[in-house]
Amino acid sequence: MSLPAFAADMTLGARAHRVAAVAAEFADRVDRDGRFPREATDAMKAERLLGIQIPTAFGGESASIQEIAEVCSILGQACAASAMVFAMHQIKVSSLVEHGSESEWHKDFMRELASRQLLVASATTEAGIGGNMRNSICAIEIDGGTCRLTKDATVISYGAHADAIMVTSRSSEKAAPTDQVMTVFKRGQYTIDKTVDWDTLGMRGTCSDGFLFKGEAPAVQIFPKPFAEIAAQSMLATSHLWWSSVWYGIAADAVQRAQSFVRAAARKSNGAVPPGATRLAEASNLLQLLKANIVAGLKTYADAKADPDQLSSMAFSIAMNNVKLASSETILVIINQAMIICGIMGYKNGTPYSLGRHLRDAHSAQLMISNDRILGNTSTMLLVQKPDTSLIG
Amino acid sequence: MNETIRELLAKVGGLPVAVETLEDGADLYAAGLSSFASVQLMLAIEEKFDIEFPDNLLNRKSFASISAIEATVAQILKAREAA
Repeated sequence: MSLPAFAADMTLGARAHRVAAVAAEFADRVDRDGRFPREATDAMKAERLLGIQIPTAFGGESASIQEIAEVCSILGQACAASAMVFAMHQIKVSSLVEHGSESEWHKDFMRELASRQLLVASATTEAGIGGNMRNSICAIEIDGGTCRLTKDATVISYGAHADAIMVTSRSSEKAAPTDQVMTVFKRGQYTIDKTVDWDTLGMRGTCSDGFLFKGEAPAVQIFPKPFAEIAAQSMLATSHLWWSSVWYGIAADAVQRAQSFVRAAARKSNGAVPPGATRLAEASNLLQLLKANIVAGLKTYADAKADPDQLSSMAFSIAMNNVKLASSETILVIINQAMIICGIMGYKNGTPYSLGRHLRDAHSAQLMISNDRILGNTSTMLLVQKPDTSLIG
Repeated sequence: MNETIRELLAKVGGLPVAVETLEDGADLYAAGLSSFASVQLMLAIEEKFDIEFPDNLLNRKSFASISAIEATVAQILKAREAA
């Protein structure tokens, strides 16, 4: 056999599919036991997926937002919790890539992340802020070259399994709640004590427990830009787009299962169309709408990326909010259709057509930043924003 | 115009600090201007100056400070005179 025959396919798609195969194998166990998808994240590290977004100059692969969205979707079709861990990690990395290139420490951290495949978590929610991550109660204390922070973080997804955590806080003891900064703390620079258990309907493997976070690190690890800018210019878009890509993956797999079910039924009955066939056509229609919406959102972000003014404009925020609202609501309709198509075989666990995990995981989408909060936010902006009625833009 | 903007900011800005204590160039978001209050402020300014903010000026930068708001409003008024 010639040498190239042994070489693995190292395209991003092939690497993502290999990780997805591992994630799929353990998805039901991760879900049932509510445990961290260790096998899948180890596979992400082995395939070097955690650093793909880092610029090549710092040892990464300069992967585009579209490429990362595709990986989110591929993983989402296998195990939504693993895919969501990957997506949340990449959202953190986007803050580094977009806002860390002017700071020596953050550049070094990007190099370290790419070379050691570090998994990054975040602590943006806090007891007492009512779910609005653009407010902080805790304040970072800067003492010479050192910073210290204690945060009662009600959620740190995969916090116990991360290699670093990005934590938001007020910029000083005197700062207003909206005057926030974000700081990178590496493992060893913080302690976390679990305060709240993550025992949920779905997305059980993200292990989004609550912790009391206490960290101390060199003050250079604070992002030089205000968190408000980071949130508006990279987090808003990457969160809504990559979450939506994960959700698309869940819905796409549900439709695939429903299609297999209908096809198998049609074969058994010599080609007679089973009763669920019409619903399958409807689900396929909705899946295409969902896909088109996400693809358009990815393009809007890619186009706006070069222009900070456009990124912080209302029109852009509304567009990203709309992507999130539409995808989080549409997936539930699609998966529900798939469930009706597969009937009891979809309702039961452990069949090739099982959809219980999909449906439970999908229910998190409307709540990850409550859709009601997003609707309220958009409706406020619509008081002053002028609609763009063009079709092509 | 500066006075009028300050009056409106005091009325609808919901800032935890007194508007008089803010320099013209002070970062209003850091001073506690929420995104909801910034929209209230935009509406109040539109009403007061009988203008409409075009979409390309509806961003954080245009409302980042009292002087930024002044410049934004002046730009719109100037464009209207020229028209």
